[in-house]
Amino acid sequence: MSEYVLELQHIVKSYPGVLALNDVSIKLKKGQILGLIGENGAGKSTLIKTCSGAVIPTKGKIVVNGKEFSRMTPQLARENGIAIIYQEFNNVKGLSAAENLFLGNPIKKNKWVIDKKAMEKEAAKSFAQLNIKIDPSELCGNLTVGYQQMIEIAKAIRLDAKVLIMDEPSAPLTNKEVKSMMKVCKLLQSRGVAIIYISHRLEEIFELSSEIVVLRDGQYIDTLITKESTVDELIHLMVGRELKEKFPPRKEHPISDEIALKLNHLSGNGDTDINVEIHRGEVLGIGGLVGAGRTELAQMIFGDAPIDSGEMTFFGKSIHPRCPKEAIELGIALVPEDRKRHGAILHNSINHNMNMPIYDHYSTLSKIDEAKEKEITERYIKELHIKTPSKNQLVKNLSGGNQQKVILGKWLAAQSQLIILDEPTRGIDVGAKYEIYKIINQLVAQNKTIILISSEMEELIGMSDRIIVFAEGVITGELQKDQFNQNAIMKLASKC
Amino acid sequence: MTTGVGLKNKEEIIEQFKAKAIWVVLVALMIGFSIANKRFLSLNNLLTIGRQVSMYGIASIGMTFVILIAGIDLSTGSIITIVNVVCAYLMVYCGCSIPVAILISMAMATGIGFLNGALVSIIGIPAIIATFATQIIFKGAAYLICGGVPIFGFDERFKVIGQGYILGIPVPVIIMALCFVVGWFILEKTYFGRYFYAVGGNEEAAELSGIKVGNTKFLIYTLAGFFAGLAGIVMLSRTNSAQPTAGLGYEFDVITCVVLGGVSITGGFGKMSGVVAGVLIIGVLTNGMVLLNINTYMQYIVKGIVLILAVGFDCYQKKNQEL
Repeated sequence: MSEYVLELQHIVKSYPGVLALNDVSIKLKKGQILGLIGENGAGKSTLIKTCSGAVIPTKGKIVVNGKEFSRMTPQLARENGIAIIYQEFNNVKGLSAAENLFLGNPIKKNKWVIDKKAMEKEAAKSFAQLNIKIDPSELCGNLTVGYQQMIEIAKAIRLDAKVLIMDEPSAPLTNKEVKSMMKVCKLLQSRGVAIIYISHRLEEIFELSSEIVVLRDGQYIDTLITKESTVDELIHLMVGRELKEKFPPRKEHPISDEIALKLNHLSGNGDTDINVEIHRGEVLGIGGLVGAGRTELAQMIFGDAPIDSGEMTFFGKSIHPRCPKEAIELGIALVPEDRKRHGAILHNSINHNMNMPIYDHYSTLSKIDEAKEKEITERYIKELHIKTPSKNQLVKNLSGGNQQKVILGKWLAAQSQLIILDEPTRGIDVGAKYEIYKIINQLVAQNKTIILISSEMEELIGMSDRIIVFAEGVITGELQKDQFNQNAIMKLASKC
Repeated sequence: MTTGVGLKNKEEIIEQFKAKAIWVVLVALMIGFSIANKRFLSLNNLLTIGRQVSMYGIASIGMTFVILIAGIDLSTGSIITIVNVVCAYLMVYCGCSIPVAILISMAMATGIGFLNGALVSIIGIPAIIATFATQIIFKGAAYLICGGVPIFGFDERFKVIGQGYILGIPVPVIIMALCFVVGWFILEKTYFGRYFYAVGGNEEAAELSGIKVGNTKFLIYTLAGFFAGLAGIVMLSRTNSAQPTAGLGYEFDVITCVVLGGVSITGGFGKMSGVVAGVLIIGVLTNGMVLLNINTYMQYIVKGIVLILAVGFDCYQKKNQEL
């Protein structure tokens, strides 16, 4: 019997053009809680998915209790006692807590009839073992997120999991729920269950884990003994690279005194009391972790989510966009985070996508002026160097970078004054990134105002004139250009 | 940077293949039927087919818009029925002139479409349920108005719409052709057409591009009501008698025409020209089977199979694409 319950040995996962994991190895002892940290895109999720069979490693071995596997399947993982608690739960809201606990594996009276009573009795036992108070007959949909997560954990334990992998378990929970979840983790640990705990919140990692593995850009960086390490050290290891010549030089441009957008005690959509002033011609960077409330703010400004209270002033005028169309007419644009779902209409042509917001500006009795349509599209294809054989090419056939340029072109055609870029370079290659940065510079040179939301700290620092940082729906700090530094942003973002 | 740029991908090739294939199928059917029965290709019979499909054709334009945005309209048949009954009632019992009766009943059809739009877009009832409910309501309303018995005895001039000829071409065929031109114009030349494709392609992205998706849906269901109403007027004039069962089950024939014409049931794809072919195929198929003395129940079976083949092809290639 091996000393380790789970070993990942030299795991490599490559996708066409991308090395998601490069020779990552980790070891997990019985009853150990291992912290796994890294920036977004560092490869944490990909790594744990190799344990469940959701991702098949290109190279490397997975060793469970001394048994070697070149790949896992969900079935094999279950049989070998590996369970993963994902951020999205697999429960059915219309079934009771007990029924969810026995989902796919119910207790039956006979071949055809399930035994609800017996399941509820067993479920009560399972919950009691974990010291959690859930009424087994309660509908899952009526339980809080915290309890729903507990059901997932209880399910894993019922299936005799020896290794529990938790992917950002605290992300959806309230502070109180996080405390009880961590208690359950410790309880499980004392019973010999090994846990891999992934979190952005370093305080949780420090409280729970004995060792911490750091990943960065798909590389294994280091394993630290928790007791002997500090927050600063971890942050340095996570971000740890130098700023290279990744950003095009921007001509010194004096930022105007004119205020483009002012948010005054703005609350709603999960954000609370947001106060910020953005000057014309400025690039305001917004940093923070995923789910910190940055996209939510963008949605409110763009009229895509209701505002509970507070005020927005756009070039001195109080505004209340009730839908994106109204925001667009005011001169506000949004390049959304999820390009394929929200940004572009993939099955439509470049021509149609670019003109979509402004068709009604130049049509007579709804008939499109096709010469004008063509002129606009061709102008921005040229100006933004979009690589395409024709303006009639469907957007889905373009590369990610070119798709993003089509979306930008749409807003340039609409004469937008304030452009909100939500993770504008996610999933596009380095060369295309550089071009997007150049376009941002071009835009501010034309006196347009940019809000740049990004989880890539290099990008924030390289492109912003000023950075504000979000955590849990509030602004936790503001950094001027001379204060820019990755550690400072990370600290504000994780509220350490 | 070379990925896909300039190359036609599988999906586009399939779309183009579908657009051509449907015309091939139409011609093949016509050849088949003309070999089986000499009467099939006679001018007289071809004009009969034209008259028979005119109502499907007119109603299919609204249905095309609806299916383009991944919606459905099950109320078409009931709208046709109630337009029949109301228009006849106004002419026979209220002494309305022909134009007034047509105007009022068309307003009613458009109003029902508007109601569908409100249910789908403001209240948010799934289209299949909302239009199913209005189908039932107006089926009942039609019976109530006519008391379950046919209404007939119209002014002779009313016949022109459904039975007249201009330069040897049946008037209903001319109306259908005009409607197709209008439908094509809306889809290809106005920004509403662009909105329809955008909403059908990706509702969320469309909204974030500044399209008022709710209003667009409203417009589409209202248009569907209008075109169904027009089909109802043509039918009333052809049959010269308003039956409380006039439009029963019509929506399914119309849906068959539209999806057969290559409009994707999941929204976003389709051309007006394809729908023309879809309508003609159904017309030729029905007419040909009658000429060959294939019994009515067998015809149902054939039409059902045709529907499965048309939608099945579309869905099957989409399903495989996702893997």
